Amino acid sequence: MSTDTPTLETGEKVKMTGQAAVSAALFEAMEKDPKVLVFGEDVADREGGGVMGTTRGLSSKFGDLRVRSTPIAEQSIIGAAIGAAMAGYKPVAEIMLMNFTTVAMDMIVNHAAKLRFMSGGQSQVPLVIRTLTGAGFQTAGQHADHLEAWFCHTAGIKVVAPSNPTDYKGLMLSAIQDPDPVIFIETGKTLFAPGEVDPNQGAIPLGKAAVAMPGTDVTLISYSSMMFACYQAAAELAEAGISAEIVDLRTVSPWDKETVLASVEKTGRAIVVHEAVRSFGPGAEIAATIQEELFGKLKAPVKRLGAPYCAVPFAKVLEDAFLVQPADVVATAKAICGK
Amino acid sequence: MTQASTNAASPDAKTQLDIFRRMVRIERNDDATRTQIRRGRITAPYYSARGQEVIPATISALLNKDDKICTIYRGIHDMVAKDMPLRPLWAEIMGRVDGTCKGKGGPMHLTHPETGVMVTTGIVGSSMPIANGFAWASLLDGSKQVTIAYFGDGASNIGAFHEALNLASVWKLPVIFVCQNNRFAEHTRYENGTSVDQISKRAIGYGMPGYTVDGNDPFDMYAHAHAAIERARAGEGPTLLECMTFRFHGHVFGDADNYMTKEEKDAAIAADPLPRFRQKLIDSGVATEEQLAKLTADIEAEVADAIEFGSNSEPPSVDELRRDVFAEEIPA
Repeated sequence: MSTDTPTLETGEKVKMTGQAAVSAALFEAMEKDPKVLVFGEDVADREGGGVMGTTRGLSSKFGDLRVRSTPIAEQSIIGAAIGAAMAGYKPVAEIMLMNFTTVAMDMIVNHAAKLRFMSGGQSQVPLVIRTLTGAGFQTAGQHADHLEAWFCHTAGIKVVAPSNPTDYKGLMLSAIQDPDPVIFIETGKTLFAPGEVDPNQGAIPLGKAAVAMPGTDVTLISYSSMMFACYQAAAELAEAGISAEIVDLRTVSPWDKETVLASVEKTGRAIVVHEAVRSFGPGAEIAATIQEELFGKLKAPVKRLGAPYCAVPFAKVLEDAFLVQPADVVATAKAICGK
Repeated sequence: MTQASTNAASPDAKTQLDIFRRMVRIERNDDATRTQIRRGRITAPYYSARGQEVIPATISALLNKDDKICTIYRGIHDMVAKDMPLRPLWAEIMGRVDGTCKGKGGPMHLTHPETGVMVTTGIVGSSMPIANGFAWASLLDGSKQVTIAYFGDGASNIGAFHEALNLASVWKLPVIFVCQNNRFAEHTRYENGTSVDQISKRAIGYGMPGYTVDGNDPFDMYAHAHAAIERARAGEGPTLLECMTFRFHGHVFGDADNYMTKEEKDAAIAADPLPRFRQKLIDSGVATEEQLAKLTADIEAEVADAIEFGSNSEPPSVDELRRDVFAEEIPA
């Protein structure tokens, strides 16, 4: 992402990747607010501007004090981010891969998430943790986990998982300005898929889902990379005469019950689709809530599609079987629609 | 013990008296806390720091109000030394709405940003990585503020210590790592859990100065803390101070102490730094017996008032469960 914003006619959209959108959001936020900081492993230009290049150009523009590469020491990264956030800064800390958050769990769970509550509201930790994950790149069991359920289960931290470039920009802008800590999940699949983005795209509120595709027969509830599987499945279902509505949660916690329940009330059928392991995954919470709230209005049991109960595997054939495929969504939808 | 420098700073008479005042405030408050526990008026576990008064009392005498501390569950002495008001402190440890944290933190998690008490953690070692963040903010602000990270000897064996000292050194952060070495990590004797005979030696590995200090001697503490704080304020980076001391009431108040010998405990209590320093102030003419008696009486009155305030405060409303999870209240 270059630092120059292309000159465009009003309303004309520009093609960019999710990564470029995140970068644009960081440039914009740092430009507007001197309290915004970026740090993490290799984020400064001397180290290449991030392993994926997402933070490229930031340290050259905003200086080495505001954009700092850190040692490979996740606990110290999040600890420093917490202290700086409590002192009035807005740090965007990068934990290169989501599995590496495990090394910093004490800082994230016991401190970032809880200090506001435990201090009776005296402390606030406006911190964003950017982190990359997702299977499909043969990185196996310690570089690809979707661990969002752990964070959703921790009161006091928000979990954001964009699926497209517009949301990457808008949700990042909101996450930075949010007064509470936010885990911002990026995935290889969503980060490099191009999309059309309004160059003036502003903040998109956290906690609001989007009806990504309207439909009438079944609601597919998803987020992040699995939105691609849902779009593909919806296209196939349309050919079979089934109209699928797709809800993109965008924020996994706190999640937008209102939008989800309104959609399922309309369609009477729901499938939650996520890349995270199915057992005890976010889908369990969503499915349980739908059944509590809409029991009499459902035409079929709420279904959940997620990864099997195992580590992310290496071999391509195993990895493909591990991930929910569009065909799985199609088959499940057909079954509950009686087709 | 290591000398900080050949021109070691020494506290003047006024500062000595200030250190003593802070020590008495810690000790009287601790004594009252144990009394209230015995009477069943506080029901939480309590990690007394009786015996460790000199360390935070001396450091706090060198700090400004806006300097910050991050401390641990055995840390009420650090807060009292930093001039945290006792009324909200007592309301908090009694779980009342007028507590500093509205009764949501308790004795292990007091917070009082107004006096620089930023974070009190119940997790061993976790004060250090967060202290770095406050120190980094001071650098960004261009201020001369310093941050103190208090922790125990046991915490020097956890990963957070190593990550935090390394980062503080690489970034030259204005932070002072103050290890209160009371010779036991919970119930485990120092040498059974720690690879070096002095924790200060670990500073070498992080490229920062490290000193083992007599944490029961206000003069040795003052000289080393003064040097470390000046170094931090001058932008020269962090220091590790290992302050040797002893805790008189075990790991948690009421524990049987059967992991230490009676002799060593008796010897430590016999060498109680508080009466020793009191006598020194009188002998050296810094204060009179009457002055010190008045000082103690005033503090006892302050503590008594705080206990009454805490006792009269209401328990928090259960609505507090929905507040402060996020900035925005969670709907009922």
